[in-house]
Amino acid sequence: MANKLIVSLSPHVHNDDSVQRNMYGVLIALIPALLVSLIYFGVGAAVVTLTSVVSCVFFEWAITKFILKREKSTILDGSAIITGVLLAFNVPSNLPVWIIVIGALVAIGIGKMTFGGLGCNPFNPALVGRVFLLISFPVQMTSWPKIGQLASYVDAETAATPLALMKMAVHGDVSALEQLPSAWELFIGSHGDLAGGSLGEVSALALLIGLAYMLWRKIITWHIPVSILATVFVFAGLMHLSDPAAYASPVVHLFTGGLMLGAIFMATDYVTSPMTHKGMLIYGVCIGFLTVVIRNFGAYPEGMSFAILIMNAFTPLINNYCKPKRFGEGKKK
Amino acid sequence: MDLILVAVISLGAIGLVSAVVLFVASKKFAVYEDPRIGKVAEVLPQANCGGCGYPGCSGFAEACVKAGSLEGKLCPVGGQPVMERVAAILGLDAVASEPKVAVVRCNGSCEHRPRMTRYDGVKLCAIANATYGGETGCTFGCLGCGDCVSACQFGAIRMNPETGLPEVDEDICTACGACVKACPRHIIELRPKGKKNRRVYVSCVNKDKGAVTRKACEVGCIGCGKCVKVCEFDAITLENNLAYIDPNKCRLCRKCEQECPQGAIIAVNFPPRKPKTEAAPTEQLATRPASGEEKQNPNE
Amino acid sequence: MKTFRIGGVHPAENKLSAGKAIQVLDLPKQAVFPLSQHIGAPAVPVVKRGDVVKVGTKIAEAGGFVSAPIYSSVSGKVSKVDTVIDASGYRKPAVYIDVEGDEWEEGIDRSQTLVCETSLSPEEIVAKIKDAGVVGMGGACFPTHVKLCPPPGAKAECVIINGVECEPYLTADHRLMLEKPDEILVGVTLLMKAAKVDKAYIGIENNKPDAISLLAEKAQAYPGIEVVPLKVKYPQGGEKQLIDAVIRRQVPAPPALPINVGAVVQNVGTVYAVYEAVMKNKPLFERIVTVTGKSLKNPSNFLTRMGTPMSQLIEAAGGMPEDTGKVIGGGPMMGKALANTEVPICKGSSGVLLMNRKEAARAEAQPCIRCAKCVSACPMGLEPFLLATLSMHKEWERVEKEDIMSCIECGSCQFTCPSHRPMLDYIRLGKTTVGGIIRARNAKK
Repeated sequence: MANKLIVSLSPHVHNDDSVQRNMYGVLIALIPALLVSLIYFGVGAAVVTLTSVVSCVFFEWAITKFILKREKSTILDGSAIITGVLLAFNVPSNLPVWIIVIGALVAIGIGKMTFGGLGCNPFNPALVGRVFLLISFPVQMTSWPKIGQLASYVDAETAATPLALMKMAVHGDVSALEQLPSAWELFIGSHGDLAGGSLGEVSALALLIGLAYMLWRKIITWHIPVSILATVFVFAGLMHLSDPAAYASPVVHLFTGGLMLGAIFMATDYVTSPMTHKGMLIYGVCIGFLTVVIRNFGAYPEGMSFAILIMNAFTPLINNYCKPKRFGEGKKK
Repeated sequence: MDLILVAVISLGAIGLVSAVVLFVASKKFAVYEDPRIGKVAEVLPQANCGGCGYPGCSGFAEACVKAGSLEGKLCPVGGQPVMERVAAILGLDAVASEPKVAVVRCNGSCEHRPRMTRYDGVKLCAIANATYGGETGCTFGCLGCGDCVSACQFGAIRMNPETGLPEVDEDICTACGACVKACPRHIIELRPKGKKNRRVYVSCVNKDKGAVTRKACEVGCIGCGKCVKVCEFDAITLENNLAYIDPNKCRLCRKCEQECPQGAIIAVNFPPRKPKTEAAPTEQLATRPASGEEKQNPNE
Repeated sequence: MKTFRIGGVHPAENKLSAGKAIQVLDLPKQAVFPLSQHIGAPAVPVVKRGDVVKVGTKIAEAGGFVSAPIYSSVSGKVSKVDTVIDASGYRKPAVYIDVEGDEWEEGIDRSQTLVCETSLSPEEIVAKIKDAGVVGMGGACFPTHVKLCPPPGAKAECVIINGVECEPYLTADHRLMLEKPDEILVGVTLLMKAAKVDKAYIGIENNKPDAISLLAEKAQAYPGIEVVPLKVKYPQGGEKQLIDAVIRRQVPAPPALPINVGAVVQNVGTVYAVYEAVMKNKPLFERIVTVTGKSLKNPSNFLTRMGTPMSQLIEAAGGMPEDTGKVIGGGPMMGKALANTEVPICKGSSGVLLMNRKEAARAEAQPCIRCAKCVSACPMGLEPFLLATLSMHKEWERVEKEDIMSCIECGSCQFTCPSHRPMLDYIRLGKTTVGGIIRARNAKK
């Protein structure tokens, strides 16, 4: 009886989707932004990204093998690579290697594996690493190199970011907003004399290409990114109308800083975002609102990371209260 | 100075108010609980296994105190000694009970029962049982996914990888009955431990006709009835092509074990048989105590 | 184009045998009739060993109101009343008949002429359907006459005919619609008369354009019958999904029935059986079965006598391929994997699907990444990942609150799960357990 029949319950077919397919899909979607950062930051971008990815994958492998003592390694599912790339995208291109390694350790070790690995973490690991670094190494994390210094790494010349200017405007510097590049320049990523910000957030265009790819491949749905961007646009727009000299225009808000990166790649993380479409919309609106609040009233120029982490904490609550509409519960016509 | 004074006074006031509130609440909302419940719960094993049929040890303690009699109440984990202590606390008579043990009534190991198909679903007996008759031709026997193992809180059951069947460790088993409930095929039975832990039982639950059973398993009960005929104590009944030995009637003579053509009847913890069993059971019977609880092994 | 509104997936259609005309399968040597071929009480045998039966002789009568009689599909001698392993994988009582010749009961109209006119009253039609042992032939096997007797307070408003055949691979209903359109339309008018309604819809997915155009053209001659083309989406053939797609009404959660929204749903196979039972006096003893599979030499549709072992169908379609890993009774989404190929064809056997070893084995499950694809796919608006996890942890109360009993076990969640989690295994376990708890609770009241 070598040829035993296999017996199991239905369904007997599968659509061939897999965790790997989704994870590598996200990685493909990150390629345009990576290319842009390589063009703008050169060596720095390459070193930072490589360090981050390699150390994230190493820590995942090491923790799985030596601490959790699991037989099967999970590094091939691609989730650690994504965490690595996203962590790199969230730091300046002149960040020293040792800081990145610490960030990767915190991201994978504390942000992910402490909770049991893929699927169990309540917070986005890359953001846990990023916020840890931001609080521990505020100087290194907020000195942004100007773009175009392709050959330099830690020695790159730094400058203010558009977000810093926007913060100054809020604090009463009337001329600050005038120094901002135009919305179009921000959109494609050329920042003139200003610094580009973190690695991955230079060009909104590249990130939007990634979004289009992920929507086309049905890796994510439109709900989270669109609700975040729309909320930021509306809320920042209202602020702008109330005092154009202090608050930057909503379009500038959309195209600067980590907003696009966060809305498209970080907030949409499967594990830490709500499960229902209604829940996703609530989550997105709250993130958008919190981001604008932090940007305009908080101590930090950028609020995306904090907003996402705060809403990650609320995800279980949202899941509990936002149930999908059950069949047959609708009004009977 | 003022600051310290203000702090001391305000904190003191808060403390006072809280104390009053707590005092009032403790008097007003006090629930009277029979102190004996706590005492009984203390002597219970605190395994909270639910084997007694009540929700946890405190639930059992409460039931014992309230019932006023220990009739039909048994902590299977603690057994007779614990029940006697409970009886002492409550001033009641302990009801005698026999110690029991979980018995797996399937002997269809890999070599006895060839696998015909491969189950590819979740490794849970409950799900395999809902899927189909199982990997072998026997639709009654052990599925081998180990629901009983995970149900046992005491680690008394483990799967034998060679036979694919669960094995009960008699010394650890408390007869709480969790495995009996967990088994979707009702293979595991709680049987009296028997004198010197000796037991004779039919290790099969297959109700198919003999020919069907024989095809599926080398050691399945085929319902031939030979054991029924050979039993002198009317301990064996045959129903739906399956023999069952009533542990309360069985005198452990082991005649049925020898008679069974399939080897489906199993006797455990007996010394090895002498080359020839000469001992006439009738002689031994004369010396047997009258009490039904006592069992005698003629081959002793 | 219409379709149901919540969830759904798009499995590869693989309708390999769609172009194959229905062939009549040879008689088996021995036919086996399990006594539980339908939902409800098992039938009670009325023959004993040695009895001589003809084609169309009643061999077992209904065991209750929700039950159906069983008729012999062959002529010959009853060899024994014993047990057989049926599609459930367990031994069930069955009647064995050794085939001798092919002699039919008198009174069965074997001609191919179409009979359109009947003077029977609705009650007489229902009685005839009941007597002929007609059950739902889409797979659930619910006795048809029960559906036509609405419970007090409910009133049927329309009949919906299920020609969707949303299961991949299966083509039995498709071929039936192409080859017997007039019979089906007459059957629909009979059902409309029996249910006392004047409107009927035939729902067909638009991957069968030939069937849609043929039936739509012929339906013009029959008042009140409308063919509704539907957008392809699984599980459109589910009763509740079909009602939602066709008349935009959603059946509330169990214990509500389709009749509560005024709909009576019948499969096209059932409609054809109703036509034959009422107009041709022919009880239900044969059906069309699709035998298919990617490795199979000759995927086909067979008109098969009930009781024929599946192995005979597989032989007729070119024999069992070497690499067969799984034999499925029904379609790949909801069919049952069989432990052997000697299982007899029953009233609900719509197909036999052979999968090769590679297709058959499940991929290893990975941790849930909470991607919520199962939530989007669930046609009942449930949260499959949650139901599965709660069932795994035996939290029966919570799982009941999360509406586990609404699950229709369509398999969309597991089909779509990127982590290949066996969600439906756990959900079924939860459903069975919670169902038992609910019954125990109701019994206490």
